[in-house]
Parts: sequence; C-alpha cells; structure tokens
Amino acid sequence: MAATCPALEATNLARGYGDRWAVSGINLRLATGRSLLLAGPNGSGKTTLLRLLATTLQPNEGRLQVLGKNPTDDAMAARRPIALLTHRTQLYNELTALENLEVSARLLGLKPDKQRSTALLERVGLSGRGQHRARTFSAGMRKRLAFARILLQDPQIVLLDEPYGQLDPSGFGFVDKLVEELRRQGKTLVLSTHLLDRAAPTLDSGLILKGGRMAWVGPARDLPAAYAHETHP
Amino acid sequence: MSLLAQSRAVFLKDLLLAARGGSRLSGVLFFATMTLLLFSFATEPDPESMRRHAAGYLWLALLLSSLLSLGESFRAEVEDEALEGLRLLPVDPRALFYGKALSNTLFLVGLSLVLLPLSLGLFGAEVKSSPGLLLAFLLLGTAGLAAPGSLYAAMTSRARGQDLLLPLLLFPLVVPVLIASVKGTGLCFSADPMDQRGALLQVLTVFDLIYWSVCGLLFGKVIEE
Repeated sequence: MAATCPALEATNLARGYGDRWAVSGINLRLATGRSLLLAGPNGSGKTTLLRLLATTLQPNEGRLQVLGKNPTDDAMAARRPIALLTHRTQLYNELTALENLEVSARLLGLKPDKQRSTALLERVGLSGRGQHRARTFSAGMRKRLAFARILLQDPQIVLLDEPYGQLDPSGFGFVDKLVEELRRQGKTLVLSTHLLDRAAPTLDSGLILKGGRMAWVGPARDLPAAYAHETHP
Repeated sequence: MSLLAQSRAVFLKDLLLAARGGSRLSGVLFFATMTLLLFSFATEPDPESMRRHAAGYLWLALLLSSLLSLGESFRAEVEDEALEGLRLLPVDPRALFYGKALSNTLFLVGLSLVLLPLSLGLFGAEVKSSPGLLLAFLLLGTAGLAAPGSLYAAMTSRARGQDLLLPLLLFPLVVPVLIASVKGTGLCFSADPMDQRGALLQVLTVFDLIYWSVCGLLFGKVIEE
C-alpha cells in the first residue's frame, strides 16, 4: 500500500507567523524516488516549506501525507523516513564528531560502531577529525558532519535546505556526488538552493516560490530560465 | 527499540553532555554554595533557630539552583536546533523526557549530597534518622523538582524571557513537593515523635508518580512547534 503512495503529498498547505503567511496554497505531489528543486528569493518560504514537509513544523491549514501517513495521526511514523538538513546543523557542539554520530546511532537503534562512523566521516571529507569537538569546526565542516548523520540515518526522503551553503568548491562537488548517489539509491529528494544551474540538471522537477506561494512548477531543467523570468520580468 | 532503551540512550547522551560542560557543574555548585552561605548570614545567630530551619534552607538552595541546571540542560538542545534533529529520529518523545528528567534528577541528587554536609555544618544540624531515609527524601524530592522542571525547561527553552518564565511556571507546581521534602528532611535532622516520615515519603511518592507520568505524556506536545 505504502509503495504506491506518493512520498510527499501536500494539499493546500499553509503556515503563518503572526498575521503573515510564510507559505500558503501549496499543492504538491512527489512520487517515491523523484526529486524536486525548490527555488525562490530570500524570504519566499523555502525553509518553512521544507520544515512543513519534514513535519517538524505544523501547518495552520491544509494536509500533508508522508508515504501515505498523516503526521497529525502519528507523527513518529510519518517522520521515520525523513531526514532534514537545515541552515542549523542540529549537532551537539560539545561532543566530538564521532560522539555526535554515536549518539544518533544509539537513538536510531543501531549499535555504536566506531568503524562505521569513521568511514562515514571519511566519506564526507572529515577524516582524522573524529575526536575533534563540533564546536571547533568551521561552518562548512559542520555541514559535512550533518551530511554524515543523514547518511547514517539512511532515510527514504531527504530534504536539503541550501546544501551548498558554507561549503568550499570541493564541498560543492561532494554535494553533487551525494545527490547523484541518493538519486541512484531511489531516495526521494527535495533540494532548495540558489545555485540553480548547478542543481537543475540532476533533478526531476522544479518549483519556484514567491511570497510564500507557488509561482511556477515545471521540469527542473527549465527552472533557471523560469526563475529569471519570475524574479526579473 | 523499546521506550526504556531509548530513554537510556537519551540519558547517556545527557550524561556525556554534562561531563563535557564542566562550567555548568561548577557554576551551579558555586551558586548553590553561595545561596546557602547567604542564608546563613541572613539568619539570626540563634543556634536553635538555625538548626530548625536547616532543611528549609537546604531545599531552597536546591530549588533555586535547579533553575540554573534545568535551563542549562536544554541549552545544548536549542543551541544548534539539536532538538529538531532528535524529533526527526524515530525516538518516542516520552523517551526524550524520561532520559532528560532522569539526568536532571541525578544532577540534583549529586548537588544535594554536596550541599548536605555544608548545610549541616553551617546551621549546626545533625542527621538523627537512618542515612537511607534521608537519602530517600533527597531522591524523591529532587525527582519531584526534576520532572516538572524538565517539562517547563523544554517549554521555555525557545521562548524569550526563559529565565523569568521558568520559575514563574515551576514554583507554584512544586509547592507540595517542596513542603513534604522540607518537612521530611527536617524530621531527619530531629526526632520524629509523631512518626510522620513514612507518611511524608508516601506523599512524595504519589506526587512523583503523578508528575513523572503526566509530564511524560505532555512532553511530546511541548516540543512540537
């Protein structure tokens, strides 16, 4: 049953802060294994939408289904397949990189495995940094550690908010490779970025938000041109 | 993964964070010691009066210090939005609560064991009951502070004016626990002619059961946006 359900289905989703709608009238349906490029000017509601899709933010209006499950019925079950990377890395600053991964592993019900964690750190370009506290990391390194945690989680749905932010050029290549890998593995992916030319060729569909509303929907490869038109008509 | 195993994982994580945050331990300990000292300066120098009020000063120092330690215990969760990360892991919110409340209880029990000899010395009191009975009052009393304290610390952790909100919410709720703890500990420092200690332990146990079960159920609602 769940296999035939879309990974994410939002119906008239809306969320406001005070008397202002951050996003409203969001209708989207993303099939399992498909990917969505999310674009929009600063303040257009991209982060709010990603948090709504991650179910960590409750909508004021509308309905969301994650693999056929309604988060309002069972938030834990709906969240289980989701990983979210935000501007904030959700790490414990006083713990080392390895300890951050071990804490997540324990909470995921996995046995702590130093070898697995070390391999993950190597994969995200943090070899030899396992014993260093997250507080001592640069913003880019912290983001890499957050990626390692997502890989450990091995989710079905991956939501990435500005994954290229704070990374150096080698980090850009790392994110490109990771996105390709996740797509090959059949993960459902929603990626928000301003680097449209970089992300558009690898993703399936695109959505432009403007003032919290859906301004354009289409194939991801057409998004850069549409974005130029939407933002500088 | 069972609720118990998840709670244990959260508890171990909090212990690790507490061990790393040495300044939290020393800061709260210093504050608690200073509070006890100030109480001793503010009291009239009557040995009998000081002895009679020793348990009250001990528990007030613990209550005031708990505000600092409870607030600190959630700082790491909101600093880089780690709590949002926890919510996205398949962890039962009750496990988040029980792990956190247990680590806060352990911290407060440890603090009470440091403050106990200090308050005995400062106020000239002595333990006249069995040490086990006194330990039971300290354990049940701190558990009664830690459970609603953890819930309210979570509730106020992302609010403006957290330092003001936490005592405003917590103090009225813990009045019964505080009264029973002060009275019970006081009876451990003196004779117990009316044999009230057992009844006070029962009162504390009942309040602890209520706080730990209700707060555990409410925690999920509190940490949701």
